[in-house]
Amino acid sequence: MYATSYHRASSVEDAVKTKATHDEGKYLSGGMTLIATMKQRLAAPSDLIDLRHIPALRGIKVEGRKVTIGAATPHADVAASRELKAVCPALCQLAGHIGDPHVRHMGTIGGSIANNDPAADYPAGLLGLGATIVTDRRSLVADEFFIGLFETALEEGEMVTAVTFDAPEKAGYAKFNNPASRFAMTGVFVAKTAGGVRVAVTGAGSDGVFRQAGMEQALAGNWSADAIANVAVDASKLMSDLHANAEYRANLVKVMAKRAVVSAC
Amino acid sequence: MGVEGIGARVTRKEDKRFLTGKGRYTDDMTAPGMRYAYFVRSPHAHAKIRSIDVSAAKAMSGVIDVLDGRQLLADGIGNLICGWMIHSKDGSPMKMGAWRPLAADTVRYVGDAIAIVVADTLGEARDAAEAVVIDYDVLPAVTEAVDALKAGAPQIHPESSDNLIFDWQIGEPDATDQAIAAAAHVTEIEIHNNRLSPNPMEPRATLGIYDGAEDHYTCYTTSQNPHVARLVMSAFYNVAPENKLRVIAPDVGGGFGSKIYIYPEEIVCLWASKKTGVPVKWTSDRTEAFLTDAHGRDHVSKVKMAFDADHRITALKVDTIANLGAYMSLFSSAVPTYLYATLLSGQYAIPAIHANVRTVYTNTVPVDAYRGAGRPEATYLLERTMETAARELGISPAELRRKNFIRTFPYQTPVIMNYDAGDYEASLNAAMQAADWAGFEARKATSEANGKKRGIGMSCYIEACGIAPSAAVGSLGAGVGLWESAEVRVNAVGTIEVLTGSHSHGQGHETTFAQLVAGRLGVPIDSINIVHGDTDKVQMGMGTYGSRSGAVGMSAVVKALDKVEAKAKKIAAHLMEADEQDIVIENGELKVAGTDKALPWFQVALASYTAHNLPAGMEPGLKETAFYDPANFTFPAGCYIAEVEIDPDTGETDIIQFVAADDFGNIINPMIVEGQVHGGIAQGIGQALLESVHYDANGQLLTASFMDYAMPRADDLPSFNLSHQNTPCPSNPLGIKGCGEAGAIGSPPALMNAITDAIGNNGLTMPATPMKVWQALHAAH
Repeated sequence: MYATSYHRASSVEDAVKTKATHDEGKYLSGGMTLIATMKQRLAAPSDLIDLRHIPALRGIKVEGRKVTIGAATPHADVAASRELKAVCPALCQLAGHIGDPHVRHMGTIGGSIANNDPAADYPAGLLGLGATIVTDRRSLVADEFFIGLFETALEEGEMVTAVTFDAPEKAGYAKFNNPASRFAMTGVFVAKTAGGVRVAVTGAGSDGVFRQAGMEQALAGNWSADAIANVAVDASKLMSDLHANAEYRANLVKVMAKRAVVSAC
Repeated sequence: MGVEGIGARVTRKEDKRFLTGKGRYTDDMTAPGMRYAYFVRSPHAHAKIRSIDVSAAKAMSGVIDVLDGRQLLADGIGNLICGWMIHSKDGSPMKMGAWRPLAADTVRYVGDAIAIVVADTLGEARDAAEAVVIDYDVLPAVTEAVDALKAGAPQIHPESSDNLIFDWQIGEPDATDQAIAAAAHVTEIEIHNNRLSPNPMEPRATLGIYDGAEDHYTCYTTSQNPHVARLVMSAFYNVAPENKLRVIAPDVGGGFGSKIYIYPEEIVCLWASKKTGVPVKWTSDRTEAFLTDAHGRDHVSKVKMAFDADHRITALKVDTIANLGAYMSLFSSAVPTYLYATLLSGQYAIPAIHANVRTVYTNTVPVDAYRGAGRPEATYLLERTMETAARELGISPAELRRKNFIRTFPYQTPVIMNYDAGDYEASLNAAMQAADWAGFEARKATSEANGKKRGIGMSCYIEACGIAPSAAVGSLGAGVGLWESAEVRVNAVGTIEVLTGSHSHGQGHETTFAQLVAGRLGVPIDSINIVHGDTDKVQMGMGTYGSRSGAVGMSAVVKALDKVEAKAKKIAAHLMEADEQDIVIENGELKVAGTDKALPWFQVALASYTAHNLPAGMEPGLKETAFYDPANFTFPAGCYIAEVEIDPDTGETDIIQFVAADDFGNIINPMIVEGQVHGGIAQGIGQALLESVHYDANGQLLTASFMDYAMPRADDLPSFNLSHQNTPCPSNPLGIKGCGEAGAIGSPPALMNAITDAIGNNGLTMPATPMKVWQALHAAH
């Protein structure tokens, strides 16, 4: 790791101000990607602005069907939230299967979506739920937020503060782990929301998380695993690597989608 | 036996310090004035070095010095060597390419060391390493052995024009060909044994300390055999004469073979310590470990197995190409020859065997022994072939094996080995019963009803452990003898130190060696200490690999104990005015048999040191040394059965049950043996389902971290069902065969036989990842 300066932000305003004065600085949330990357000397921020100690960024609020999760809320808190489980158990289940216990107690929802790793779980969850991402300066719907591989709509210095969504009628998430890293080699989140059926796929797309329109249409007419049996999955837009080529991932997209539908509640 | 003697489930004495974080590993060691090393390594798989410019690096903050291969050469530090000479079938010696500890003119794999930076902190050393400017002339690279043999492949060493190291054979080619020509059935198969990274929990590390006042070197290192390291560093690398070099291998966190060898870093840190005048410590990070620790396996073989009309094997013909990587590591030549082809008879009476082995240079990390070393390759080849043959012949795999088992001992195979004892059918029967083999079809039907594919597979392995009679290995080309030493030092108050040339890096010697002594003398296990791993404390020894610590190392302790007991009896007889022949040692006392006369052990020990009243002419003291050279290899064997269920939607394999029925001879500590088998099977499951080293076409290592190299984890493993059918080994005093490698040897073919049984496609190669199984399922239909 190259030398870096550490700042503990006391508030959102403090964090944004500190970031503004350090061009080569980076926000630090759980650090589950950033710290590992820095240790490998693949990232060298001059300053780290730690967001984990800002009380306003942490916590889960459920008001009726409306859910708000603070950006610095660790995965373990989401996984264990009774209030959330009562309205959207699929997201609890998703959070409970990210990484390992260490990761779940350090990693945060805001850090995960701001990083937008193409194999991360939360992007599928939030895109699938049609969530809104709240930042220090605006609100963005998930469809606009997630742009590509490790790429989001966040502007320089912009910081995720929370995510909100209306609890779906039902939702489910199924993923197939990469045998080495245990990241999602393919993960599919399905949700029956007020705005319609949404199917979001992570771990598979060569351009990051994406919605599967064919499956959304099929499920809108018939919410069942059988309904998507004949939906074509285009392998040409999927990743190929050591562990899974595009053709196999295309298969996994379908199999995981079916499992997500079956498990949805 | 007793509660602490041989056969008892004594909890491990060493676990208190390991489990409370109090282990003392090489990286825990410090020395006054110590600095940190970082190695500059080649980013190219194959390149000429045009120039090295260290000037900017040397000027950086905290940097003591930056040294490269030119200075190392000027100081007369020698090449790394392979210590086992193999001759090709035309009589020519193996073609050993020069391996400089720091490459001066050519780099041959990604990770090849070029320079060492010594600095006040590791961070500064690493910063400066990035500032070393090296101008490369990048050359074409080759990573697969089969490709390296092709005409026009990049030439890796001037010593070998075609990348061939040796073309060796064993057995009878003519008799084998004739038997194949006359056979009723011939099974042909191509076998790939995947390349593996050893990944011990503790990465390699070394601390080199040069004492200018004494002109003396101390080397702390992560070694399985510190005396061998000292010998080789003195005799071949010219680091220092043996009496001026102390090698200490303190607690070592796993080896699996990869810590047998002497690597460039130990040599360079010792040399750099003298050059810089400060102690120099280097600790590998995990990616460096993937890049530079010797890998294992990497064979491609063509096999023909011939049968008569009665399904008896009449011949086996094997043609193997083994990838040895960019340089010949210390025992690399022995692994695909005498540790492999000599086991190709397996548990079967095969009248004619011929194996041809070509070893090849490639632009990859050197390949050497990894848990099992040659024997997993032989077992995988044979047991996949047997399974394939059984399917082709339409008979049950168990019956085919039963029909061909060796049943009388000793048995001389056509490939050197002389099996001394075994009962292969006993293990087969025990395994089949434990697995409820008979009930498999019903279970398969249930799986099918649930949309799953179920398969069952077995593997009957044999291995050769203990390595070995020194004269035998010497005649086969080994540069060293493979005996072991022990010293039993009884203190004046009766407590005991056992100094052994074996080295524990997870095996539990501090417990098992103490059990042997406690059982023999009837003294408490806590009164016995095991000392190992330090060339200044322990007499010359050969270290631990090849499951040799029990069979060879403990046999040396037995010999030393025999001498200690004989002297103690003489003293006791003298003190109690009895006949020496009537003295027995029981429960910590020396007794006159048939009387109530007895002396406690400590009193005899004390008498030996006060020397006030010893038999006439006897030397004071109670301390004896012994060297034990085994009479033969030992031959652990067994039968493993795996049952799997495959999800056809994803290709995922679920191991429903795993049964291991082993014959390890006599067992010192069943709990430790079970742990060894569990760990071995876990590594075997890793090889079969998960692990594989991948290089891209340019020789870049794609699996350079745990993000891409899949290690087995707890949830990849089933509960293991173990049993033992032990036939004592007649070749050593304790009847021990060894258990360290069996699990890794027997399990891969059992799993692959089960998976191919489930999916009906025999072309699958290891690791059987979900994608490969899914593809094979689709190819099969």
